[in-house]
Amino acid sequence: MLRELSRHKALYLMTLPAMFLLLLFNYFPMAGIIIAFKNFNLSNGIFASPWMHPIYENFRYFFTSDNWVSVTRNTILLNLLFIAVGTFVNVALAILFNEIRSAWFKRTAQSLTLLPYFISWIVVGVFAYNILNYEHGMLNEWFAKLGMDKIDWYSRPGAWPVLILIIFVWKSVGYNSIIYLASLTGIDHTLYESATIDGATKFQQIRYITVPLLRPTIVVLTLLAIGHIMNSDFGMFYSLVGDSAQLYPTVDVIDTFVFRSLKGSGDMGMSAAASFYQSVLAFVLVYFSNRVARKYESGSALF
Amino acid sequence: MKPRAIWQPGQLVLHAVLALMSLFCLVPFIIILSSSMTREMDILSNGYNLYPKHFDFTAYRYLFQRMSVVLTGYKVTGLVTVIGTIGSLAISAMIAYPISLRRLKYRRFISGYVLVTLLFNGGMVPWYIVCVKYLHLHNNLWALIMPSLVNGFNIFLMRNYFSSIPEEMHESAKIDGAGELRTLWSVILPLSVPVFASVGLFIALAYWNDWWLGLMLIDKASLQPLQLMLRTIVSNVDYLANSSVLSTGADQMVPREGVKMAATIVTIGPIIFLYPFLQKYFVKGLMMGAVKG
Repeated sequence: MLRELSRHKALYLMTLPAMFLLLLFNYFPMAGIIIAFKNFNLSNGIFASPWMHPIYENFRYFFTSDNWVSVTRNTILLNLLFIAVGTFVNVALAILFNEIRSAWFKRTAQSLTLLPYFISWIVVGVFAYNILNYEHGMLNEWFAKLGMDKIDWYSRPGAWPVLILIIFVWKSVGYNSIIYLASLTGIDHTLYESATIDGATKFQQIRYITVPLLRPTIVVLTLLAIGHIMNSDFGMFYSLVGDSAQLYPTVDVIDTFVFRSLKGSGDMGMSAAASFYQSVLAFVLVYFSNRVARKYESGSALF
Repeated sequence: MKPRAIWQPGQLVLHAVLALMSLFCLVPFIIILSSSMTREMDILSNGYNLYPKHFDFTAYRYLFQRMSVVLTGYKVTGLVTVIGTIGSLAISAMIAYPISLRRLKYRRFISGYVLVTLLFNGGMVPWYIVCVKYLHLHNNLWALIMPSLVNGFNIFLMRNYFSSIPEEMHESAKIDGAGELRTLWSVILPLSVPVFASVGLFIALAYWNDWWLGLMLIDKASLQPLQLMLRTIVSNVDYLANSSVLSTGADQMVPREGVKMAATIVTIGPIIFLYPFLQKYFVKGLMMGAVKG
């Protein structure tokens, strides 16, 4: 071992900064997960803080609150909605890009659909405010012009799963369609030519050539997305929903809940328990989704 | 392939659908831009709109008179983006290159060490405590840089690129008498400009748009990154609007709604301006990553 290390001394030394940073920002927090069982106070730190009595007290507190059911449900259902609708729209857009003939039109459309990916969720939050707010929002102005009643979106929890879905698609469709498009660029064009000679319509070609070629990518990306179903995009929920407590019943997710308990109410015990619960479930899901993805197509999974 | 006449109607529909999709993505940007240049009175009576009824730059004037606020955000975010991107690229490449080499015996162990961080994380709470209590990353510039310097995905993206460089390149360098570092510096790096450009762009974009670290670890106004500055401006104008119910006169002149939109334009300005140049490398990088998930 020592000989190997000294023979490639320079190469091994080069890996140290990254290994060290991963230790600090990834491995230490993993070890710190035990605070979910502790009565944490900042001056004692993670390891010196006393254990909870009984040891599961933080969890009892979290699981007896109404919150855990609703945040778990919202997290899973919203993510499933994003995966289902998102995948459909992404694949559809990739197919459209693949079929279109004029190069400049394709280039322009691609630039425009990718643009939202480049701005932060804070900016998207302002966009949403601009379109949805009650007094001057563009949507309400249009409703008013059409003689309809204005809608106060920020007090209508029922509408938000759909609104967030639309905003999610808006921001990510350009990015994701490129990933699908990438797996189409290698297609042998003679496939289409011979299909045309055989009299296949365009729809039949898409149905029997393009979609089957995309299927492995679709399956793998969906599996990996399911692996992350417990983790929401905190930025999206935080900047779109923010402090609008009226919307929490439908769009409060585990991440925003943990954040509020941590920074807002300072309820370290409950937020640590919720955070633990999320990490463990997420790990199980990520692990198995990668196992399945690897079985489906080796080399596509993380390990 | 020659376009055949029967496909023409189909192509027309295709163009129309793609045009609609592009508009859907573009319209919010247009509304913001137009609102930022609309007379405050028009916003108050007609709401935000796709085009300004009367062009008016009061909002920008108001914002530029208080430019120091925005400039602070720019300075912080600019500094963080530059230091963070260079540091992150260097540190990631330094680990990605060795683990791409077959001749390195323990590369599997090191890859595994990186991989674990992608599979499992301790969650927000322990991470926060480690940063604040143990690493003292609180209210200083390093808090905005250090935590996101290393990311497993970027490391694997770079490793995949490095391992696609043919073995013969290493061999011939070795025959020419070059050591490990010499090979890396004068053979591998020049070949790797594309991956550095793309990954560098991912990293820079992440730093520029970041506000999570600022939200968690920064309380001081003078250290707030640009994105949080925007958030503060948007809610502070709200505050102004609320408190001015009592007073009349001068406060009425504050273009509250316009300023929010002008601040947004000023925040996304650099990205939009650079977008045509950035996009190419971004798409290339995406393709690179997509080849091997």
